Amino acid sequence: MRYAETGYNLEIDLSRGNIERVETDPGLTELHLGGLGTNTKILWDRVPPETEAFAPENLLIFSTGILCGTPAPGANRTIVSTFSPQTLLMAYSMMGGFWAPELKHAGYDKVIIRGQAPNLVYLWINNDQVEIRDASHLHGKGAVETQELIRQELNEPNAQVAAIGLAGENRVYYASIEQGRSSASRGGIGAVMGSKGLKAIAVRGTKDVNIARPAEFMELCNEVLKYIKFREENPIPGVIPILAVLGSPQEMKVHDEAWHTQNFMWGNARTRKKDFWTEEIEKQWTETMESMRTRLISCYNCPLKCGATITVPGQSTYMMKCFSKLTYTMAAMSDLDFGLKIAQRATEYGVDGYSTPQVMAFALELYEAGILTDQDLPGMPSDNEGRFYWLLDRIVRREGIGDALANGTYWAARQIGKGAEAYDHNTIKKHEQLPLKLSMLNPIYFLMYSTGEKMNITQIEGQFPQAPFPKREQREEFVKEWFQVPDEKFKQYFLDWEPRGEFSNPYYPTIEATCEIVDWQERMHYIDDATGVCAGLSSFHLKPPYHIHNLPALISAATGMDIDQAGLTQIAKRNRTLLRAVNIRRGLKRADEKPPANHWKKRFPELETKLLDEYYKFKGWNNQGIPTKESLQALEMSYVSEDLEQRGIIKNEQS
Amino acid sequence: MNKVKKKVKVIKIDVDKCNGCRACEVICSSFHATPKYSSSNPARSRIRLIRDPLKDIYLPVYAGEHAAAECMGRDKYVVNGKEYDECAFCRASCPSRDVFKEPDSGLPLKCDMCEDEKEPLCVQWCLAEALTYEEREEEAEEEVQLGDMEIGLKSLVDKYGLQQLVDTVARLANKERGHTSD
Ligand code: SF4
Ligand code: SF4
Ligand code: SF4
Repeated sequence: MRYAETGYNLEIDLSRGNIERVETDPGLTELHLGGLGTNTKILWDRVPPETEAFAPENLLIFSTGILCGTPAPGANRTIVSTFSPQTLLMAYSMMGGFWAPELKHAGYDKVIIRGQAPNLVYLWINNDQVEIRDASHLHGKGAVETQELIRQELNEPNAQVAAIGLAGENRVYYASIEQGRSSASRGGIGAVMGSKGLKAIAVRGTKDVNIARPAEFMELCNEVLKYIKFREENPIPGVIPILAVLGSPQEMKVHDEAWHTQNFMWGNARTRKKDFWTEEIEKQWTETMESMRTRLISCYNCPLKCGATITVPGQSTYMMKCFSKLTYTMAAMSDLDFGLKIAQRATEYGVDGYSTPQVMAFALELYEAGILTDQDLPGMPSDNEGRFYWLLDRIVRREGIGDALANGTYWAARQIGKGAEAYDHNTIKKHEQLPLKLSMLNPIYFLMYSTGEKMNITQIEGQFPQAPFPKREQREEFVKEWFQVPDEKFKQYFLDWEPRGEFSNPYYPTIEATCEIVDWQERMHYIDDATGVCAGLSSFHLKPPYHIHNLPALISAATGMDIDQAGLTQIAKRNRTLLRAVNIRRGLKRADEKPPANHWKKRFPELETKLLDEYYKFKGWNNQGIPTKESLQALEMSYVSEDLEQRGIIKNEQS
Repeated sequence: MNKVKKKVKVIKIDVDKCNGCRACEVICSSFHATPKYSSSNPARSRIRLIRDPLKDIYLPVYAGEHAAAECMGRDKYVVNGKEYDECAFCRASCPSRDVFKEPDSGLPLKCDMCEDEKEPLCVQWCLAEALTYEEREEEAEEEVQLGDMEIGLKSLVDKYGLQQLVDTVARLANKERGHTSD
């Protein structure tokens, strides 16, 4: 018997209409665990690097994590992997909600989709019965609407449905996949789903998920729950509200938005409003939220409430989470009322809440600069908010200028030309980033922004405070109960880190310490992405309930494998290195590994070069960021170095 | 019938506090697995969350007695402007629907209040405090408590009739004996 995992993948060929249930190799679980780890392995093995995102040969993988469907709190991530039309690299996105545990209970660890359906279809997975069904009647339907329609037509209210909206059908490069209160938004995976002619996947499962060592496992789960409760009752002092409590983050619950609104940039990541948050605004925004928010809601088996049901009078209800609460508001220089309203339409269209508002703000900047003219934007309303709705409608239909904008700021800027490139100032690896512009270079964040391959800072940061605390006493207080550190030295790094003076950014933490801190933070994300545990209870947070000391025991008790801290670290490193190799093979270069030029005002080119040099070394990569033969061998992936050698990406004499 | 003092276990359900996480379903199914916690499967849970997020319906319902036949009519409730589906509040495992039945055998499930646990597991795992637990003493008429197996058997009796069940059991028993003596 297989424990925690089902041991089966579902292979769907949409071109031929073929469905197969395939047993998986337990050896791969030992090497890569599951989730993102095994997804990456499949993409490496089966998708040649020349494959374009929208080619039928590209695979779209919906995966559970190894702990999904077990009672481990918050183990509910669906990890969707494919190749991105926008970055051309591996697209990585995942969603919470209820889909992955349902798939496990249906008896599968992954759904692997290849080919292209001749007509729009959806997939219905009901335990052992799997069908490809016609979806022509769902053409153009909203992503939320589609989920409801499918549940009704299947007469299965308990089916979990992941669907795309119009944006995915029209291959918008930042189209999302929506599922209940969650979405997998980054990197344009919704567009890949659209290119396959797949409108949705509905799943219902009623089978057991087995645990190898039940008593041991439950004890660990109960400890996790207990600690969640403790953290709920004891927010961390000295950090901003969303970081003080667990969650991903609990944006729908928190009303105090001083930090986001005053530190993040408005418009096309341009304007900082240092005194924005007044009592009056707080009152107004709180009223808006409370009048439209029906309920705070959770994902499967998680007590935190990061999502909310939002009902805007006169519009259909939708569910919202995280920072999409403010992205439209801030890009349009508007208020929360507008943000919640336009997000309803955007959710039905199925677009990424981070990229979309930025692309629209970018277009309006081009208009102000005279690069786009009235001729390019015929019929655009004159009011600011009306313009956002207008642009959104054009983008998801790829109408007129919307066709270029649908490719994201990087590609749109190059298509439009006439100097538009200069307005694409907030992308890394062609992907829109959080609208943050700061003063002094932070070495930790420099490395995370540069080398993160999951394209989003929230997918690499978390364990270590974002900034030094002002007073030593505060730092001492913080490190007191910080058992999550993999090594005591991290406490010292934090204790010594000062806001000013010799021990401050950018030269402290030292290069060596910086490498270790970044590596630790990244490691925890790669573990979560294999287990399917939400980062909101784990890698995204300071002092989380899941950490490097209990995760090996949890995974071992659930799966029956014997994994210790070193073993788990090795798996995370293997998965991370393989993902890098996948991207290197697709053309990722050292030159791509840099934050936006204006991310910090104060930059230190020499230090930055050294940081990158040393970090690459630390990771077992060569000076170009390519995993070396030795490190690949140590990770039992010589087949990767052989392939890279054959392609002339690494030289034979290197060893 | 005799009057006896009885401990009444009460789970109070505050639907306004429910966040829809289904932790109650997860832990109930795990707790009742054999061996305990060896598997998890919300479809076997003795509490079910009736959930329709877009209508803001969150209704944890406990499995009650097995009903041999479905009701003659159907009820629809409207509470605070929200219309609840037919049968939503009903605790019975009944022929009209597939809740509160073992997914494989179709045998009925019934909440047993987690028997000897000091607090029901679903309550312990509901950190949102939508489920809370109380105990009180009450006078009641003595009744026969049915165990899991009896409930299952009773439902089979209801379905096939006692005689057919007895015959089948006898036949199975013979077969079984036949095998072991091989
Ligand atoms: S922490 Fe938030 S986002 Fe994560 S699983 Fe829990 S409710 Fe979902
Ligand atoms: S555990 Fe509590 S909050 Fe979660 S679904 Fe059950 S009753 Fe609702
Ligand atoms: S009280 Fe126990 S048996 Fe009843 S629903 Fe809750 S967990 Fe299940």
